[in-house]
Amino acid sequence: MSKAFFVLDDGRIFEGTSWAATGKTFGEAVFQTGMTGYQETLTDPSYHKQVVVMTAPHIGNTGVNAYDNESKKYWVAGFVVRNPSTLTSNWRSENDLEAELISQNIVGIQGVDTRAITRHLRDRGAMRVGIFSGLELSREEMVIEVRKQPAMSGAYLSDDVSTDSTYVVPAIGEKKFTVAALDLGIKGATPRAMAERGIEVHVMPYNSSFADIQAINPDGVFLSNGPGDPSTMTETIDLVRQILGEEIPVFGICFGHQILGRALGFETYKLQFGHRGINQPVLDRKTGKVEITAHNHGFALQAPTDSGFSTVYGPGQVTHISLNDGVVEGIELIERGAFSVQYHPEAAAGPHDAAYLFDRFVDLMVQYPRKVEAL
Amino acid sequence: MARDTSIKSVLVIGSGPIVIGQACEFDYSGTQACRVLRAEGIRVILVNSNPATIMTDPEFADATYIEPITPEFIERIIAKERPDAVLATLGGQTALNAAIGLFEAGTLDKYNVKLIGADVAAIERGENRELFRAIVEKVGGESARSIICHTMDDVMGAVAQLNYPVVIRPSFTMGGLGSGIAFDEDTLRQIAGAGLRHSPTSEVLIEESIIGWKEYELEVMRDKVDNVVIVCSIENIDPMGVHTGDSITVAPALTLTDVEYQKLRDLSISIIREVGVDTGGCNIQFAVNPVTGRIIVIEMNPRVSRSSALASKATGFPIAKIATKLAIGYTLDEIKNDITQVTPASFEPTLDYIVVKAPRFAFEKFQDADPRLTTTMKSVGEAMAIGRSFPEALMKALRSLERKEAIFTFTEARSGDEKSSLLESMKMPTEYRLQQVQRALWLGASMDEVFASTKIDRWYLRQIEFINDVARTIAEPGELSLDLLKLAKGTGFSDAQIASIRGIAEGDVRKARHQLNLRPVYKTVDTCAAEFEAFTPYHYSSYEEETEVRPRTKPAVIILGSGPNRIGQGIEFDYSCVHASFTLRAADYETIMINCNPETVSTDYDTSDRLYFEPLTLEDVLEIVHAETQAGPVLGVITQLGGQTPLGLAAGLKAAGVTILGTSPDAINLAEERGAFGQVLKEQGLTAPEFGMASSQMEALTIAQRIGYPVLVRPSFVLGGRGMEIVYDDEALSGFISRATDITPDHPVLVDRFLDSAIELDVDALYDGTDLFLGGIMEHIEEAGIHSGDSACVLPAMTITDTQRVQIREATLKIAQGVGVSGLINIQFAMAENVLYVLEANPRASRTVPFVSKATGVPLAKAAARISLGSSIAQLREEGLLPSEGDAVAKGISVKEAVLPWNRFRRADGRGVDAVLGPEMRSTGEVMGIAATFGESYAKSQISSFGPLPKAGTVFISLADKDKKHGIAPAQGLSALGFHLLATDGTASYLLEHGVSTVVVRKNSQGTGPMGEKTIVEMLNAGDIDLVINTPVGRGTRADGWAIRTAAVQRSIPIITTTAGFSAAVEGIKALQAGDLSVAPIQEWLKR
Repeated sequence: MSKAFFVLDDGRIFEGTSWAATGKTFGEAVFQTGMTGYQETLTDPSYHKQVVVMTAPHIGNTGVNAYDNESKKYWVAGFVVRNPSTLTSNWRSENDLEAELISQNIVGIQGVDTRAITRHLRDRGAMRVGIFSGLELSREEMVIEVRKQPAMSGAYLSDDVSTDSTYVVPAIGEKKFTVAALDLGIKGATPRAMAERGIEVHVMPYNSSFADIQAINPDGVFLSNGPGDPSTMTETIDLVRQILGEEIPVFGICFGHQILGRALGFETYKLQFGHRGINQPVLDRKTGKVEITAHNHGFALQAPTDSGFSTVYGPGQVTHISLNDGVVEGIELIERGAFSVQYHPEAAAGPHDAAYLFDRFVDLMVQYPRKVEAL
Repeated sequence: MARDTSIKSVLVIGSGPIVIGQACEFDYSGTQACRVLRAEGIRVILVNSNPATIMTDPEFADATYIEPITPEFIERIIAKERPDAVLATLGGQTALNAAIGLFEAGTLDKYNVKLIGADVAAIERGENRELFRAIVEKVGGESARSIICHTMDDVMGAVAQLNYPVVIRPSFTMGGLGSGIAFDEDTLRQIAGAGLRHSPTSEVLIEESIIGWKEYELEVMRDKVDNVVIVCSIENIDPMGVHTGDSITVAPALTLTDVEYQKLRDLSISIIREVGVDTGGCNIQFAVNPVTGRIIVIEMNPRVSRSSALASKATGFPIAKIATKLAIGYTLDEIKNDITQVTPASFEPTLDYIVVKAPRFAFEKFQDADPRLTTTMKSVGEAMAIGRSFPEALMKALRSLERKEAIFTFTEARSGDEKSSLLESMKMPTEYRLQQVQRALWLGASMDEVFASTKIDRWYLRQIEFINDVARTIAEPGELSLDLLKLAKGTGFSDAQIASIRGIAEGDVRKARHQLNLRPVYKTVDTCAAEFEAFTPYHYSSYEEETEVRPRTKPAVIILGSGPNRIGQGIEFDYSCVHASFTLRAADYETIMINCNPETVSTDYDTSDRLYFEPLTLEDVLEIVHAETQAGPVLGVITQLGGQTPLGLAAGLKAAGVTILGTSPDAINLAEERGAFGQVLKEQGLTAPEFGMASSQMEALTIAQRIGYPVLVRPSFVLGGRGMEIVYDDEALSGFISRATDITPDHPVLVDRFLDSAIELDVDALYDGTDLFLGGIMEHIEEAGIHSGDSACVLPAMTITDTQRVQIREATLKIAQGVGVSGLINIQFAMAENVLYVLEANPRASRTVPFVSKATGVPLAKAAARISLGSSIAQLREEGLLPSEGDAVAKGISVKEAVLPWNRFRRADGRGVDAVLGPEMRSTGEVMGIAATFGESYAKSQISSFGPLPKAGTVFISLADKDKKHGIAPAQGLSALGFHLLATDGTASYLLEHGVSTVVVRKNSQGTGPMGEKTIVEMLNAGDIDLVINTPVGRGTRADGWAIRTAAVQRSIPIITTTAGFSAAVEGIKALQAGDLSVAPIQEWLKR
């Protein structure tokens, strides 16, 4: 084990030891507060270009397995843990975490005061970071290298994470609907949740055209989660406007929610340090009930929470808000079948409290049937 | 949505005395409940028989009834107070059972009182095994295959289907009482037989064994609009088979993937919904097969539990407080998280640290008891520790237990076969199994071998291997470098452990560490892994980069708590520490509490300005003193309130330059060291019983000849009355000496004159260097020779004269002066033939402080804390904290009775342990009865301590020869009250000679008579006897007496083992016959 450094762009440096792959890596430093689900985090495309600090101290206890992957590869730019496990103990485990990280070439660091890092990011905001392990660089040199890196604001990353060509996740049981899922960094749990409800999911590249979507004659369109700054997604926003214009039911999650919001004319903004965890309380304003939800977002939507709003597609409202900080967590169009949430009803990792939203999507597809069939 | 404004008054039911399985966690939860309700402007009526609780302090409720927690008494309270609602989910199983009793008796309907927190149907669904099983099935979960049985025939039928081993679980008992595992028919009959008796519904469940599976608990909360959150997950290191209260447990769960954890979460939520716990907390237990992942739902507690208290301390999420708010109608999202102040309570805490809880046992007090850990809880207390890694938290938890056997050792094998014998013995879980695991691994056993013996998850075994690896690194030659010390300290090694591995002094390790400037930092328990700023300074130590201790300006006082509960040191000491914190905060000091007991009020983050959840060792305390001294002015440390634990640290702290507030370590030594104390008494002209120290049998016999029999003998090197015995002749003395095998000149035996006809008295007093304030003179009801903690006592003393009272006060003053007390002192006196003997003095808060404070209304512990900080008694009188003149005056007559855990322990052969009182303390808790007469007060105390006296019926009397004389009068009394008296030969003929009509009954050893006449044991088992008076003969278990006492304990028949107790019982029965006992709140008594 050699020394390793976690170097923030404001000059604060934490010293630890090397872990997983060695070398250097850069990204946006963010912290994740889930006590379970490190494997899902590692394989979530939304973490692309982010160096993830796990606040739970022991990571890797249950190893990794093929089933819990949320995508085909490990996306995080770097992985920061306090105490990586040197032994895997779980009946489903297939590999050791560190071995897997090395094979995926993820640079890590261990033995750092992750709580101090978290407090720093909480107070100063998410920022650029580099992990340097097994390298002979001065502190100054490391900070300079970090400061050369691009910031997350303005980052356009869909191209990196999206599927190259459309693939179909078949419905489980009887097929009732067809959904076009725009892959902006989709997690495996999402098409799975839809498939369980009789939906055949066509996962399509982020740059699919409206014609491509029409070609499969979908009952609804799903906008996935994903990394990057939503303000860069102008083409996708235009696409969504076309879809809304055709009155095809739309359901967006996370990045998809931000894109739907922008398509309705709202701005997005960067949060100080984002929401990343699986314990986040969200209020469903229609029912007054609280759901505990999985979050992973650094940007949020600016929409009026004190009253409804009107759009070219008719009236809408904010349906969900974060009880921790009042951030908009969900919106809907009242007279159209379109809604979105900032958090992750597909969970993985995280609680299943919000799974009902997929049922709501199904209901909307029933309520707003395909025009094509009506003709 | 907001609170239900129709609720204007609430009756809160407490949990009564501390017993195994139900300890001071319910004082913590009940105190929170009372605070919440009062803050809402609701009138609070409280019933709790336990005077040692904070919740029964007069200021926590509008009307505090220190009365028995039975449906009958509670009905009287309801009739008087007419509350709108009853809250029974925060007082453990006792309160829940009382509430069900009230419901079933129709009392709640009659007085139009609603039950809040959980309704009876939900409680029934949660606790009735058949109903619960159906619910588990309905929500898609699995239960262990099992069969409900009501008779022994049912039981035998069940095992034929399930095969051995099987688990036996009685319904509606707490702490797993009466449950166990049977591998064969004999044990099955024993356990199931007892279980059928213990269960109020004569119902036991026989189920397939899931021993060795992984065990988890989830703490769940739900509000009235169906918001549900999981507060905490807890993993048991000891797999299924050991009661969770006796397991070493970890929070959060560490060996589940998210997929598996979410399954447990989903099941928990579905279950709480289906059971219908509308508002409040509950706890759901799961077993997970380590090979297949099959999940079995074990059980739920539809109330706040011991685990809830642990989860609250582990996460910073105050379950009881929030459960109370939910009960009066709030929803989770309407309640703010105290710690962050901005986020709501409708979230799930996330931890960035590891919590380990370790149980503390008292097997040495019950030498006959089977030491195996089973599904019946046997531990008497617990310690919790927090660290930034599992090894760190585990090592802290083990040293928090204050047992040298609990600390991991890294020495050479004690014998060639130590490893293999450890691997064999760890197959049976016992108190120190984890230490066996560590030793075996240290000695080279493989993880697989240890796993095969214990089924402890390999992840934990690997962590223990890591600890061993670090120990090996420490042992390597070379200097104590910064890197090495960082590694060792970060792994949780204490300076003492490092020193012992290196063969140097603890002080040298500390010095080297401080020279390298390596000190712990203090992190914060904040519910959210630092996502939001925390406003409650609830800290734990870790060897990391950044500390979170904030600077302060006000002068601070550090209060040392009392550590894990144990017999002899429990809630009473926490009470005094909490009082000190309250009063010093009120006097504008900042208070800093250090303690490691998760059950207590002192470790509630609301109690003190700052809380350090840390072990009470010299090293840990010194580091906190240092950190706080860096943060602002520290006046010193209070060590006299938390019992022996902090008192034992006083000298070391002083030597390290820390100011001890109140009585100085030198004064403590004067009182504790026998020779020095003898000198004090001599100088003050006071008398102590004669004594001598013997290092051989011959010497002991000589001393006994000199001072005269009976004598009290004990090894000089053990505390707390352990191994103490009263012997009446040479033969018995020789017997004792030959059993005390390690008697040597270094370890002599103490031989004291035993004052067998004396009255024992306990005094609690305050002294400020000038004035003495006498808190109370308590008279023991049991005669001398019974440990003061196990003896009932009455305040005011009933049989001493005014002159004797003056004499006692003078003696107390002289001792306080002679020792140099500043604060509290407790003295035990004996009065024999008008001579006052001093037995011992403790210059600290005693177990009786809360009782005296409740009986007199004088807050002794608060006054002691103020005196420690320089206030005089005169000033405190002026302030109104103490009465303006005179000593404390008892209002009414108060009786304190001890509660004993006989029914928890069995011998290895499955039979009960002997239920006899002696010089060794064995009680776990206490109750108080208060009334206008002794008889009423005593009767109440017996009802509260689970031995209600009968109003009529049959009494069995068996007296030792020495007791016969004193037995005549009470026997006559009982006869006159209409009781039918039975006795064995000797006692019967003695009583008949003295004109008491008595019928002879056969001894157990005589067997059933030729005409089928039952023996006394058979009669007990048949339920023919209502009260047993049985005084033991000499030492221990003469077979007949033992059989009688254990049968009585198992049948829950009240049993009295002293003649003084017998006389008191007669008074009590008279009071019961005279009519219903009245109830009155303590606030009313204090006005009298």
